Amino acid sequence: MPAKDHRLTTAEMAEFVANGYLRFDALVPDVLNQQALAELRDLYPLKLGNAVKATGLNPDELGITKAKQDVQTPESLTPLSECYPPPSAIGEMLRLPQVHGIIESLAGTDPLFDHDFVHFIGANSPTGQHLHVDAVVDNRDPSFDIQLFYYPSEVKPGAGGTRFIPGSHLRFTRAEGVSRYQKILGEQHYHGSAGTVLIFHHGLWHAGQPNPSPEDRWMYKIRLNPTVPQIRLWNQDDFGALHNDPRDHTFAHARTDSVAQKLRKMQPWQKGHEARYEQMERAKLWRYLSGDQDFDVDYYHTRMERRTRANQEL
Amino acid sequence: MHRQQVLYLWLAEGALDTGTIAWAFHDGTKGTGPGLPDCEPPFANGVAALEDGWFLLQSPAPYVTQPGAEHGASYLPNEFVFVRSIEI
Repeated sequence: MPAKDHRLTTAEMAEFVANGYLRFDALVPDVLNQQALAELRDLYPLKLGNAVKATGLNPDELGITKAKQDVQTPESLTPLSECYPPPSAIGEMLRLPQVHGIIESLAGTDPLFDHDFVHFIGANSPTGQHLHVDAVVDNRDPSFDIQLFYYPSEVKPGAGGTRFIPGSHLRFTRAEGVSRYQKILGEQHYHGSAGTVLIFHHGLWHAGQPNPSPEDRWMYKIRLNPTVPQIRLWNQDDFGALHNDPRDHTFAHARTDSVAQKLRKMQPWQKGHEARYEQMERAKLWRYLSGDQDFDVDYYHTRMERRTRANQEL
Repeated sequence: MHRQQVLYLWLAEGALDTGTIAWAFHDGTKGTGPGLPDCEPPFANGVAALEDGWFLLQSPAPYVTQPGAEHGASYLPNEFVFVRSIEI
């Protein structure tokens, strides 16, 4: 649960670094969910039509419903504070203190709008996606975008909600290269109450799934780009107690109450020695977020860096 | 007439007897041949697939990492490919 000022806690930030996502059940009130759902129904033909047009196809020939004239959507590079101005249920959802506090903790007070999309899978639809990463393979810069997934209506178990792979966000893969994995141990298939919000690191592997249920499925996704360094933007009340120094080392003395301990926790698919490289990537991301370039988990970076430094001092 | 079934297992490490962490199944019989065991993962490790009659087609070779990329994590590295031929 976030802090009283609605920003994330250090413990939640460490979870985000380890798993690549955070989940907040029924975060958005039902009245607003109903209003947002109505807006998404209007927005959907516009977003789908635009995407189809960009590929050179004609939305009319494909039977895509014409968008209403008064539906407006932000352009890329628009500050979030200027997106979906009132009256807009989508805007109101994004400006809720409990939603904005999460966004602020990860991407700053006023990140830029990258894009959004309405994902609609009709009842009894076999349409599904292969597992993928959005956009393109990333560089090694530890900064990241966030993707907010908002579910305005309930998704029941077995209704084929978003499939995602916890812990996959730091793997540096090409978008299409992960489509070969049909099943991965520990993968999740979203289901939950109306108003639930998932926040993804942009690198998290995910896929829309067929909808075998009798209910239509709606999801709104928005990608946001930070405009400030993402350093200690969250609530700092528990930072001093949890943040550890590089001596936190499983094979020497390991704390059980530290950020390092949270970053050691692997997913079912992250087994064997491979998990050590995962841990190193997580440590690098925490170094960026905490501003502490000496941070480490189990000493993997520290021993190499100290060796290098010792030789540089010769 | 024979048709091929292909099974990918991604294992925790480079040895065939380490645990399955991911899998994919492609069925050239269009469902008329046998499927996978009804459990997840379908085989606890690669050897279990051999014991069930699958033939190993390809296993991953160890690789030398590029300078600067020694510690990066990317695709699941331990990809084993199995096949079996089904008479239809």
